[in-house]
Parts: sequence; structure tokens; C-alpha cells
Amino acid sequence: MAKARYSIFSLLRNARDYHENWPRAWRSPDPKPAYDVVIIGGGGHGLATAYYLAKEHGIANVAVIEKGWLGGGNTGRNTTIVRSNYLWDESAGIYEKSLKLWEGLTRELNFNLMFSQRGVLSLAHNQHDLRELHRRVNAIRLNGIDSDFLSPAEIKAFCPILNTSPNARYPIVGASLQRRGGVARHDAVAWGYARAADERGVDIIQNCEVTGIRREGNRVVGVETTRGYIRAGKIASAVAGHTSVVAAMVGLRLPIESHPLQALVSEPLKPVLDTVIMSNTVHVYVSQSDRGELVMGAGIEAHTSYAQRSSLHTIEDMMAAIIELIPIVSRLRLMRQWAGIVDVCPDASPILSTTPVEGFYVNGGWGTGGFKSTPGAGWCYAHTIARDRPHPLNEPFALERFTTGHLIDEHGAAGVAH
Amino acid sequence: MFLIECPWCGPRDETEFAYGGEAHIERPRNPDKLSDDEWAAYLFLRTNPKGAHRERWMHAQGCRRWFNVERDTVSHVIRAVYKMGETPPTDAEDKA
Repeated sequence: MAKARYSIFSLLRNARDYHENWPRAWRSPDPKPAYDVVIIGGGGHGLATAYYLAKEHGIANVAVIEKGWLGGGNTGRNTTIVRSNYLWDESAGIYEKSLKLWEGLTRELNFNLMFSQRGVLSLAHNQHDLRELHRRVNAIRLNGIDSDFLSPAEIKAFCPILNTSPNARYPIVGASLQRRGGVARHDAVAWGYARAADERGVDIIQNCEVTGIRREGNRVVGVETTRGYIRAGKIASAVAGHTSVVAAMVGLRLPIESHPLQALVSEPLKPVLDTVIMSNTVHVYVSQSDRGELVMGAGIEAHTSYAQRSSLHTIEDMMAAIIELIPIVSRLRLMRQWAGIVDVCPDASPILSTTPVEGFYVNGGWGTGGFKSTPGAGWCYAHTIARDRPHPLNEPFALERFTTGHLIDEHGAAGVAH
Repeated sequence: MFLIECPWCGPRDETEFAYGGEAHIERPRNPDKLSDDEWAAYLFLRTNPKGAHRERWMHAQGCRRWFNVERDTVSHVIRAVYKMGETPPTDAEDKA
């Protein structure tokens, strides 16, 4: 099933016949009656898991079952920020593993992920922010992850459009910068992993919703879907916002609640912003896409919801924040806004774990930080499924932490923005 | 964005209210006898349903009183509003 490689030569070859004869990037097979592993959810996490199961563990009899289209959930709805500057050792471990994988992923998958390490700038606006920022920069460096402190003058030189006036309502008094952080093209992540997993024999089945999970005793044996029953040795959930819904199919209650998270883009403008700006205090994060749009996001809605809709008052708050930071955008018009459903754990850290139900695994609770973790989470999840026990990197993110009390409290550490 | 009918103040914009999470989670009556699993269930485990959800709201910018709401988490339609301690008015319908 080896695929023709994408390259400058394949581009030229296909230009000759007006790009009408590109081969399909992956098959659309009918589901087989049985698989060793069925992964529920065809977003970045599910597809990455399938890819690493085949590549690292030699398990290729795998199906990825997606109720809509690939990457149509949170993979296609986030603001594409990638970074690994987390406070706690456990988080640093898994997010740095992820960032290291990102750094070689375009080449490995032979798919242009447009991964751009343009730096992620996190702003401090008051003395408390500043002390917290220093603590975080030092903790991150102790974990061997790059992190620099920038003074207001250095911030102005690094990102001139920021309003660094001391007379601003929320003056910028310092910032941390992770230069290896940046953005990637979200769709390409799903497509790149899909193509590479398909090449290794993984079946990707779209427009097929899992409606139930069958059990024999305490062991899962298969999934009911809108395209019939499929037997499965192991079942792994990778469904972002719907983790509680899938877990309820095996009678599990999880420490997870689902909330809408909004994002929006402005009309395109000439290049003005060549980094990612984050501010937890005025609460917005923004980068500029290759099309010139400013891509902005903020926090989750307080109430739980499964409606992928945005609401005006959240947009107003976000706009107030962005104009505070970058006054020159005050007359920009907004083009599109949307929302995704993120599932949040009480400690704002994910669950990447085996469960009390044999053969059933959970990857969820990533809250607002799932995109950046796609490669690392997929890599760890594949290990967990193949060996039936977690890798040391995701051992701290087990379900048991809510019973033992060993929570990984990233609320204060990551602030609210991801 | 939706309207919530406060039992004391009438219909008001969602932005006037604070959200209090899932309703009807009773504080353990015998906390000294609880196992770690039971504590975890009380503190952290939530139903998080896709559909009807009974939840607590507080009219933060009005009467500042707590009450319960049954809201659909997909359509955001509010099916019932009832005071703390009251039986959900939709209980009878659900059983019928």
C-alpha cells in the first residue's frame, strides 16, 4: 500500500495535467467484521494513535471510526497554537514529547503541516503576573525546555504592534517567550496522520457513528455503529468533547464536564504579527494565519454545553481584550466565528488512561490544550493500548489520580488560556 | 446566550447569572466514614449528559439567590426552573 511520495517533482508532474490526477490520500473501506483495535474519533488524536499503533507497536488491524469527517471536530476548530512551556513536571514531560515530535513530523509523515516555530509570547500585566511568570520561566528551564524572560523594551522590539505604553489600562510589564513554540496547520495534521496510517493498513471509516459498546462480563467486545456491529479486541475513545458520552456507553462516570470554547478570525490584512501572543489577564490569544487573518481565541463558557455555537457576550469580551493589547486592530471586521466543545477535568489536565473496564481506554479531558498535544498524546495512547499499561510519560494522567488525590493542577500554571 | 427565568426576578439575560454546575449532588452525611472512591465520586465525577441537564444557577447581578434549572445541553432550551430543595417538576413527566 506504499504511496507515491509528495515532493516538488510530484507537484510538477501533477501540474502538467492541471492537478486532476492526484491519487486519493487514503482509502474509504467498508468496515471489516472485526479489528484488533477500534479507535472512536477521527480527529488528530485518534488518527495519530492509529499511526503510532501501526508504526511503533506493529498493530495495523485497526479501524478509526468517525461520525462526521476527518478533523471536523476540535482538530478543525482550535487556534493551532503549539507550545510546551508548562509549569508542572508531568505536563512538561508529555507536552515536550509532543513538541519534539512536531519538530520532525512534516518530514516523517511526508505531509506539509506548515509547522512554524514563530515563538509564543505570554504577557504579564501586574506584579503578581510577573512573579508567577518568573517562577514559571525558571521551572520550565529546569525541565530543559526553552523559555526566556522579556522586558517591556524587548517585547516592543520583538512584537512592535503590542501597546507597551505604561499608561495602558493593563500595562505590559514583562513576558515569557518560548521560541520553539508556534502554530501548525490543523487540517493538515489530521490528513497527514490519516494518509500515513492508511499506508500502514489502518482502515479509516468516516460518516459512521458509534451508538453503543457491547460487553461480555467486564470486557468490551465490540461497537454498535450506524453501519452495523464491529467486533473489537480493544476500544479506545479519542472523541474530545464527547468523552463522557462514550464512557457512559460502558457505564463509566468520568471527572469531566464539556464546555463550548470559541474562536474567530478577522478579515485578512498584511503581515503585522509574526508570533503568537497570549495574555491570561486580559484574556485573549492571537496569531496571524498565512492568509493574513488574525486568529483569536479566549476562554470557555462557564456552563456545560454540547452546542457548537458561539455567543455574543464572549465575543465582546474577547474584542475588548484584543483592542487593549493591539489598538491598531480596532477597525478590523470579523469574518467568521465558531465554537468547539472541550471536555475539562477538575485539575485542567487530561486523562490518558486505562479504565476499570477491560479493553476500554480513555483519551480526553484535554480542555483547551488538545491540539498541541496531538503527536505526543497519540504516541503515549498507542503505547497504553498496545501494552495495556501507560507509558511513564502518561502514567501521571491516569484516572486513578482523582481517587489518590495526586492531581496535576494546571489551572494556575497554564492560566486559563492554552 | 439565553434567557433564564429567575424564580424571584423573572426572565433575565444569561450574563446576569453565575453557573453552579450539576444539581442534586448531596454532600456526604458521614464524611468520616467515606472511602477514597466515594470521596472521588462526590468531588469529581459528573454526569455531563448530552441532553437534559439539571444544574444550579445563581442570579449574581440580581437577587443573588441560588436555584435549579433543567436545561438541554444541545438546544439550550430550559425545560424547568425550580427552587432549591424542591422536587424537579419534570420528574412526574419523565416517569410517565
